[in-house]
Amino acid sequence: MNGAQDLGGMMGFGPIAREPEDRRFHADWEKRAMGLTIAMGATGSWTIDASRHARESLNPADYLASSYYEIWIKAVERLSVAKGLITRDELRLGKALAAPAPVKRVLRRDEVAAALARGTPCNRPAASPAAFKPGDGVRTRNINPAGHTRLPRYTRAKKGVVERVHAAFVFPDANAHGGGEQPQWVYTVNFSARELWGDAADAEHFVSIDAWESYLERA
Amino acid sequence: MSDPSNHHHHDDHDHSDNNLSEMDLRVRALESLMVEKGYVDAGAIDAIVETYETKIGPRNGAAVVAKAWSDPAFRDWLLRDATAAIASLGSTGRQGEHMVAVENTAEEHNLVVCTLCSCYPWSVLGLPPTWYKSPPYRSRAVIDPRGVLAEFGLNLPPSTRIRVWDSTAELRYLVIPRRPEGAEDLSESALAALVTRDSMIGVGLARRPSEISK
Repeated sequence: MNGAQDLGGMMGFGPIAREPEDRRFHADWEKRAMGLTIAMGATGSWTIDASRHARESLNPADYLASSYYEIWIKAVERLSVAKGLITRDELRLGKALAAPAPVKRVLRRDEVAAALARGTPCNRPAASPAAFKPGDGVRTRNINPAGHTRLPRYTRAKKGVVERVHAAFVFPDANAHGGGEQPQWVYTVNFSARELWGDAADAEHFVSIDAWESYLERA
Repeated sequence: MSDPSNHHHHDDHDHSDNNLSEMDLRVRALESLMVEKGYVDAGAIDAIVETYETKIGPRNGAAVVAKAWSDPAFRDWLLRDATAAIASLGSTGRQGEHMVAVENTAEEHNLVVCTLCSCYPWSVLGLPPTWYKSPPYRSRAVIDPRGVLAEFGLNLPPSTRIRVWDSTAELRYLVIPRRPEGAEDLSESALAALVTRDSMIGVGLARRPSEISK
């Protein structure tokens, strides 16, 4: 969706606030927000793609005014209500009013180390051979879906070159919306800054994205 | 609760304003509800926080870079199959399932961003710094990388090609900074001390041995 999350090329946000390497959190609530978001993800009630979509679906003014952990928490609240895990009244009160809904699993303390070390790989067996190979010229499609997509606006309808063929990966545009994994090949596609930003751009500047096959057509 | 006119508050390092006190209450309420419902083990949250405070962070990535600097066969493996090479040093898992290593050279400098959210190689760098997840960096890295680098104090020659990697899929990028001069005789652990988080994102260079206080 063309939401506030799609920030590439926007202007006017001001300077970057650097911070030292050993600063992991700025407040205790950030710690709990991070851990709670991961723990709720581990219940299997939604996919990572659905959680990204919930975050980008915040009203743009709200998204841009929120810190990233605020965005995460707002998305967990929305998803938990949407999936029937909690009600709005329970959310308001911070108190259970009804029996819990069944969840696939609950991450226990002694399972955390193994779960984090395992992660959640997103590569899948490919159903067909890759359509493109390194060096192929491609053009990204001009798509503007109302739902989730991982093709940023600034890279739509642009010519690039396939640099690397990775593997088939879960397709977020489908998986975010209950459409199943529908794996597709993913390619690193490299663009010149002049293709993306016009003739005044730096000739020694290139930008790549990782694009699912259906984002691309032969150029 | 959000005030759009206060759109830089997430850059405020004091984080003492009312909005964040509100967040404190909001997160506490949500956690206690989820624990009461039985969806979440509060001890699991403790363990997750502890992992990223004490076990997984930029020192994991620094060890990978130091080994790549010291061992040409490892460097080649890292560039060919970063996930396996990094796993051999013990860094695996969440937000590092599919790794790619990109190497800075005299001709090319690599910079990593996620314009769409906050994708970051947690298994080797830990949690992303706030600026990495915030609009000023995410918006500008792809259109004005030299300006971004200058803001970090890094002014590269105009002839150096800048390559920006927008992490739009599940691949996570680790920049291998250039090995600084004067580091030829150092051990891997001494080399690792030269490798900063920022240099592995591409917004900085590795430190010179003379910059490390003995």
